[in-house]
Amino acid sequence: MTINTAAAYRRGRTTRPVWEEPPTPVGQVAKGALLIGMMLAVVLPLWSVVVTSFSSRRTINEAGGMVMIPRDFDPSAYALIFSRGEVAKAVWISVIVAVAGTAISLSLTVLAAYGLSRPGTVAHKPLLFWFLMTFLIYPGLVPSYLVVTGLGLKDSLWALILPSAISAFNLVVIRAFFMNIPTELIDSARIDGAGEWRILARIVLPLSKAVVAVVGLFYAVGYWNAFFNAILYIDDPEKRVVQLVLRGYILQGQAPQMGGQPVNFPGFNNVIPPTLAVKMAVVVVTLVPVAIVYPFVQRHFIKGVIIGAIKG
Amino acid sequence: MAVDEVTPGGAVTDGAARSAPPRRPPRQPPARPAARRKLPLRVRLRRDWPLLLMTAPGALLLLVFHYLPTLGNVVAFQDYNPYAGEGVLAPYVNSEWIGFGNFESLFKDPAFWDAVRNTLSITAFQLVFFFPLPIAVAIMLHNLLSARLRTVVQTVIYLPHFFSWVLVVAFFVQMLGGAGLLADALRDVGLRPWDVMTNPDTFIVLVTAESVWKDLGWGTIVFLAALSMIDQNLYEAAAADGAGRWRRLWHITLPGLRPVIVLLLILRLGDALNVGFEQYILQRDAVGRQAAEVLDTFVYYLGITTGNFGYGAAAGLFKAVIGLVLILLANKVAHMLGEQGVYSRR
Repeated sequence: MTINTAAAYRRGRTTRPVWEEPPTPVGQVAKGALLIGMMLAVVLPLWSVVVTSFSSRRTINEAGGMVMIPRDFDPSAYALIFSRGEVAKAVWISVIVAVAGTAISLSLTVLAAYGLSRPGTVAHKPLLFWFLMTFLIYPGLVPSYLVVTGLGLKDSLWALILPSAISAFNLVVIRAFFMNIPTELIDSARIDGAGEWRILARIVLPLSKAVVAVVGLFYAVGYWNAFFNAILYIDDPEKRVVQLVLRGYILQGQAPQMGGQPVNFPGFNNVIPPTLAVKMAVVVVTLVPVAIVYPFVQRHFIKGVIIGAIKG
Repeated sequence: MAVDEVTPGGAVTDGAARSAPPRRPPRQPPARPAARRKLPLRVRLRRDWPLLLMTAPGALLLLVFHYLPTLGNVVAFQDYNPYAGEGVLAPYVNSEWIGFGNFESLFKDPAFWDAVRNTLSITAFQLVFFFPLPIAVAIMLHNLLSARLRTVVQTVIYLPHFFSWVLVVAFFVQMLGGAGLLADALRDVGLRPWDVMTNPDTFIVLVTAESVWKDLGWGTIVFLAALSMIDQNLYEAAAADGAGRWRRLWHITLPGLRPVIVLLLILRLGDALNVGFEQYILQRDAVGRQAAEVLDTFVYYLGITTGNFGYGAAAGLFKAVIGLVLILLANKVAHMLGEQGVYSRR
């Protein structure tokens, strides 16, 4: 049923039923304006940020700030941020956290979802309850902080991964998918002598590639975007994540410190990139992984979210 | 209250691998033969232990990072001193118990009530000015005839959901801030620009605008799913009976969306004290405490940056308990109205 829903959702309607009255011109204009307005509200800021990050000092001065119309192409801002350690290091830290975190989160979630996918097994009900109760009970910021620091995880990258490693929502999504797999498939594998691990690896997972991929991408984007745990647990400037660096540059005015500095990067000797372009380049760097991942998620997430919304 | 609820659960997981489950599952899916329930525990354990082993790491992780902190809320009743003794547990044991002392000073603290007021105003404001928007946009998208146009619009407006709050606020600063695009444009036409990013009076509008920008598109998904499940024959029958487009909207579309709307309203009400943390902490410095302090940032600044752990935990516990009560209440009301609510299964 969920699959049918998703299919119907993607298909939508493509013809106007005969009984429906044709749209009024006013309605059509209003609708068109709204749609275009919504899209521009997303696209224009993105465009402006990217264009500004590649603009020269002169273009930025002429525009009086953010640039909408590209006049030249000057990648010196990127050369600057990658020639100096801070941004490059932060990107590296964030990539490590996102990759390791996603691997850990995904394995834990898939294993628990499979372990909980068969009602009637030992302790099934209380265990499921144990996971679902996280929807209702929040432990609170201070006690969480005390536990994580009490475990000695302050200034450890583990503090960015473990406290939020498993999301009950994602568990429910994957579990719902696993439970839809026909029991006959699993039973026949068991008759052939396969254990649970082999069934999971050889039968269940290959059938669930799409949903597992989507949940994995959700986790990855979550880790990449998270900065709350980094504020809480990371004081070491060597371990700053990219979101914290971005915050420092844009919202706390730390960019001017480096804006006046010449670049030392092959091909860019003694160029001083404009501060605003440097800031925008950091925005773009933060944006790029999401932009790369998005098309993959976008293809699948509607289905995943619908399953979650219905079963959850 | 939250603390009490955890203890039985903790015992359950602890003993799950070794001893009998406290409750047998009351309902079995029809496909399962009834005989299966009569198997002795030892046989079931031998059959199920790989599944338990698979569930264990996740369950343990929740024990450590979710339920242990929930128990750790006892510091709300302590004058907690992190340096009282060696070892992980020593500070909890050695700190002085002061009963409801933290709560008493909390309820006398005007800054706390400011935070509560800000939080509730923002929730109420967003309920009126944000909540209905995805419904309207979903209905509009659903009625588009061109599948390609619909896909394009969806692809674009879902995108900001995947941006971090730092990015969203950065975009707003660059567009609407003192040196942003809007201010430039205003200066060009000879108007005096105003800076919405630092104005405490309009902060509530600003955060709502940011939330709308980030999540308007994403919010439509669940309504689009609900719209696609409305029986199309209803529309045809209504049209045959002479109902115009607005009457069809009112009598078919909106009732069809009602369960989803009620569900999301419940969730939102249960989350009334939860407006998010990152969005506010990012802008608190620019706008000022008076307007931008919400409960979460209050807990963070008092409990963690100033090291007043017991006090912060008391504020956090207050928030958690009220939140739990709110969601249970809202769900009860939904049941009374004949809706499904959040957890009708249990």
